[in-house]
Amino acid sequence: MAALPLEVRDLRTTLFTRRGEMKAVDGLSLSVGAGETVALVGESGCGKSLSALSIMRLLPDPPARIVGGSVKLNGRDIVPLPEDGMLDIRGKEIGMIFQDPMSSLNPVATVEKQIVEVLMTHTELGRGQARVRAHELLELVGMPDAARRLDAYPHQLSGGMCQRVVIAMAIACSPSVLIADEPTTALDVTVQAQVLSLLKKLQADAGMAMIFITHDLGVVAETADRVVVMYAGRKVEEATVDDLFEAPLHPYTAGLIGATPTPGAERAARLADIPGMVPPLNALPRGCAFAPRCPKVMERCRSERPALTVPAPGRLVACFAAEAG
Amino acid sequence: MSLLALKDVRVHFNTAAGVVRAVSGVSLDLAVGETLGLVGESGCGKSTLGKAIMKLVPVAAGEIVVEGTNIAPLQGAALSEMRRKVQMIFQDPYGSLNPRSTVGRSISQPMVLAGWTQGAIDERLETLLGWVGLPSDARQRYPHEFSGGQRQRIGIARALALSPKLIICDEPVSALDVSVRAQVINLLEDLKSQFGVSYLFISHDLSVVEHIADRVAVMYLGTLVEVGARDQIWRNPQHPYTKALLAAAPIANPKLARARQRTVLQGELPSPLNPPAGCPFHSRCPIAQDRCKEERPVLRPVASGAQAACHFV
Repeated sequence: MAALPLEVRDLRTTLFTRRGEMKAVDGLSLSVGAGETVALVGESGCGKSLSALSIMRLLPDPPARIVGGSVKLNGRDIVPLPEDGMLDIRGKEIGMIFQDPMSSLNPVATVEKQIVEVLMTHTELGRGQARVRAHELLELVGMPDAARRLDAYPHQLSGGMCQRVVIAMAIACSPSVLIADEPTTALDVTVQAQVLSLLKKLQADAGMAMIFITHDLGVVAETADRVVVMYAGRKVEEATVDDLFEAPLHPYTAGLIGATPTPGAERAARLADIPGMVPPLNALPRGCAFAPRCPKVMERCRSERPALTVPAPGRLVACFAAEAG
Repeated sequence: MSLLALKDVRVHFNTAAGVVRAVSGVSLDLAVGETLGLVGESGCGKSTLGKAIMKLVPVAAGEIVVEGTNIAPLQGAALSEMRRKVQMIFQDPYGSLNPRSTVGRSISQPMVLAGWTQGAIDERLETLLGWVGLPSDARQRYPHEFSGGQRQRIGIARALALSPKLIICDEPVSALDVSVRAQVINLLEDLKSQFGVSYLFISHDLSVVEHIADRVAVMYLGTLVEVGARDQIWRNPQHPYTKALLAAAPIANPKLARARQRTVLQGELPSPLNPPAGCPFHSRCPIAQDRCKEERPVLRPVASGAQAACHFV
């Protein structure tokens, strides 16, 4: 059997700070198949962006260091690779799209120059061929008036157009894995719909494996095949998108779904809120990190940390209450 | 009598590149005890309209009538008097609090300006903190010691200080995480049922507006394109922009999301510096015809019971 495009095993990233060591990513495992979209969900501070940056090896050391686990890209572990080796991989085998397209682009280089640079770094194309390809890529990502935009600088483009340029750069070398970190959060809702349908189409055409990081459950429902829910640096639940929304097993997942209004549904009198907030990483409770906010908390949860269990085929959950049924 | 009546309100900004007509002729009513949602994409003028009602931006033309008094021409003491009736909360609760003032001082400010005695202020502070669910020792602390959700509660306490009739909520939950967002929305609803305060709820998040609003106004490029009851807008949208906006909003339910037919609206909001002639939406509209390029449609009653500004509904 061919190796999966991306297989993360027990990844651990620790931040070494003056205030102590913080386990930002604490034993994360996930795999993404070709053409599959896995959404990484959670609130600010739950470790989803740090997980993505760890996979890309983009975290600054110090303070962040990967202290354990493996990240297998098409079967090869990239954690031990030196920075030089990563330079060949980023942009070529893994593409990445960030939340703020303006700050992902060089403000003093034209769109064409930025795409050409990616192509010339990672492929054998000469400058002339790379420029032709840059134009094709802009057409592919649906840039309106693409030929003219090649000469534009980022500040001359709208947020949605900048995000299309970033996407063009991310897919320029046909990566097998695409990591999108809140790619539509800064965009308006009609532009968000455009970008989401573009990403889906590109992914289907190229069979890319995609990790989609978002806090928006609406976007999850629209894009994901499988969902990984994170809380305080750990995976607390994993399921197919249908199973997750139909019957969430972890009280945190259920809380997130209850707290999200669903258009078209009958209006509930009140939204189900989750009391309190995500604890800071340097002050995690001893047992389950969610225990202080959990409606189903038991005595055991405050002293012991639940491990991931398999309650049904294809599902994972880390919760004593869910185990007890 | 409506609590707030806007009549052909216009806000223009002079910029180096020309005049931006951020709000170009908005008429709208808000009843006592009502929550009116104002939705639209960035740059449509919804926040500017909110600020115009507070007179935080100069109003070029039109009337802003609060409980029968047109506040558009008012200044000085007369304006301060009227401002007690209308308060505002903002998207970024950190940016709207003075970092060097204690929370108690920030919340007291409106009462100090209104000439309250220290004793009355202290008593009121205690009450306000209780209402918004903050501990009473919060008054001696500084904004940086609080989380985003708690800061928004501080902003709400300050807005409530003088018992306003109307609170303009400008994207009050957009910067908050989903669990905290639900807490703040529930708080706003509780305060409304307790005190009968009305809200103008400005947001780009349609699912939040659907949850909280009684009536909804949809704004595009400085004008209203559709106004109606929540169910009229959601179940039977009339204006092509309203339809496109609702079709674009993600639904947090994978089965519903897959089942719906969505036409993705092409293009982006035109520059307000150089808005299209005729109907402002015609450049992106799937049903536009020649007439739309010349003649600007006005809001009028349509079959659903709502009002829409379109020649062809």
